[in-house]
Amino acid sequence: MTGQTFAEKALARAAGLPGTVAGQVVDARPDIVLSHDNTAAIAKIFHTIGLERVAIPERLAITLDHAVPAPNANHARNHAEVREFVRAQGVRHFFEVGRGICHQVLSEEAVILPGQLILGADSHTPHFGWLGAFGAGIGRTEVAALWATGELWLRVPESLRIVVTGRLGRGITAKDLCLHLIGQHGADGGLYKSVEFSGPGLEALSLESRMVIPNMMAEFGVKNAYLPPDEQVFEYLAERRFRRPTADEGRWAAGDRQPASAAEWRAELQAGALYPDADAAYAAVHTLDAAAIELTVACPHTVDSAQPLAAVRGTRIHQAFIGTCTNGRLEDLAAAAEVVRGRRVAPGARLLVIPASSEVYLAALQRGYVQALMEAGAVFGTPGCGPCMGNHMGVLAPGEVCLSSANRNFKGRMGQPEAEIYLASPAVVAASALTGVITDPRDLD
Amino acid sequence: MLTGRVWKYGDGVDTDVIFPGKYTYTLREPAEIAAHALEDLDPEFTRSAAPGDLILAGRNWGNGSSREQAVTCLKYRGVAAVVAKSFARIYYRNALNQGLLLITCPEAVEAAQAGDQLAIDLPGHQILLRGRAYAFPPLSPSVLSIVEAGGLVPHLRRKLGLAATGDVKVSD
Ligand code: SF4
Repeated sequence: MTGQTFAEKALARAAGLPGTVAGQVVDARPDIVLSHDNTAAIAKIFHTIGLERVAIPERLAITLDHAVPAPNANHARNHAEVREFVRAQGVRHFFEVGRGICHQVLSEEAVILPGQLILGADSHTPHFGWLGAFGAGIGRTEVAALWATGELWLRVPESLRIVVTGRLGRGITAKDLCLHLIGQHGADGGLYKSVEFSGPGLEALSLESRMVIPNMMAEFGVKNAYLPPDEQVFEYLAERRFRRPTADEGRWAAGDRQPASAAEWRAELQAGALYPDADAAYAAVHTLDAAAIELTVACPHTVDSAQPLAAVRGTRIHQAFIGTCTNGRLEDLAAAAEVVRGRRVAPGARLLVIPASSEVYLAALQRGYVQALMEAGAVFGTPGCGPCMGNHMGVLAPGEVCLSSANRNFKGRMGQPEAEIYLASPAVVAASALTGVITDPRDLD
Repeated sequence: MLTGRVWKYGDGVDTDVIFPGKYTYTLREPAEIAAHALEDLDPEFTRSAAPGDLILAGRNWGNGSSREQAVTCLKYRGVAAVVAKSFARIYYRNALNQGLLLITCPEAVEAAQAGDQLAIDLPGHQILLRGRAYAFPPLSPSVLSIVEAGGLVPHLRRKLGLAATGDVKVSD
């Protein structure tokens, strides 16, 4: 027997099988089932099945993040229904308005661990590949089915291996790497695949930069994406998981395994981590030389219409937006603060910053990033998705152009089909806010 | 054993030609939906497909929109199964969850021609065509039982011993 890919191992584990092969269909039992503001709509489907009680309340994780605080009475009613569902079903992993975006919050809270399976009613659930988990998006009916039985059929995907060699140049980010890769192979370049990264180019990346990669792979068509977890990942999760009981007593049941120390947790996480075998069978292997990647911008209205920044330099923008589950983290705010410190947003442009979580927001305050950004003229929104999908807090007017740190630039995504969205890294977004046109931060000095 | 007549198509058939987007919000009745199946791909199919017929197709059948009618139009039309070289991910899940049988078997697709009689031996996971057998990866018993029940929601009701409360229409 040849070796197994990460996907083959992770789905074998989730299905309680000794092994699987690509193409096989298994009944998988996810460790966590994610939903957000769409929980109330899923609950309606759940009740049409004829059920009252969720079979696995301890495995549900629910955030209110897509339109928070409620921008109107409809959203408020929806939130109220979600809260009632959470109360009635005894869901413990519940995160209120303002805590942050689901993918960021569940990462910070160490709810999902290496080698585990998370299925979510959100297309960016592949995000959790940053820590070596199998994350995939599913439909609402399927989430309702999971609530009913705790298991769902999954087809084991073929895998694509991407070997990252070299190191990113100064000021070049994981976002540029992703836009470049998607631009090169197209928005269906990873269609249905488990996209499994490896190579020395990854180890040099911070954890926050690693989070960008599987998150963006949703725009590559993948089922899931995977980065091999290393000591840094175990450290991050062990420390957070260990301190949890004091931080939020109610969220873990008495029966939950709770090692006595962070070190014990680390060992446990290490033991649960999964790595593809050296002789695993891949549908294709791509090599990506990180050192050759330039600052990259995705042009309207598809993510794969990526160009080197130089090709769109000088394009007029009205709104610059830094936030989302892709690039709303502390290092993103740090990069933006560094660019704008001592400067002002250009007349006719506006800079909107929405931290991905309350934890990010607080740390950015403590480190002075919020002050630097506000002194430059930035406005801040409550942690959450903000205008990413056009709900509120920064939607666009007809004819406007937004440069965003998000993951999607589809027509109408930010609430206005007659607007245009470009995507780039946070530093590029910040620099462009200062000039009112798409700008290379290195040209500011 | 499922036996039926083959309709054969190429690579990359998308959801828009399987079920045109212009009908997605106006047509609700199964018979109406079935009447427009493959209208922009093969008017001959739309006119004369019969219950039990089989579709054989190339790579990436069903790519594009996540509309479930691209599945249900074939199901309501009586198509017994779609055999393809590969399926778009969302189409694949939608189909099995709506009770339409999909089988991945590139070799059978290569060998089959329009109008052939083809048999699908599900328990033996093989396709029989002109005296030859083509194996396909086994469907798990749970997925088969979803298809047999007519979809995910009826399947769950059956599994959990709940009474049917009429047709459930779910859109995402
Ligand atoms: S920030 Fe945007 S992409 Fe991320 S979960 Fe929210 S709406 Fe989706």
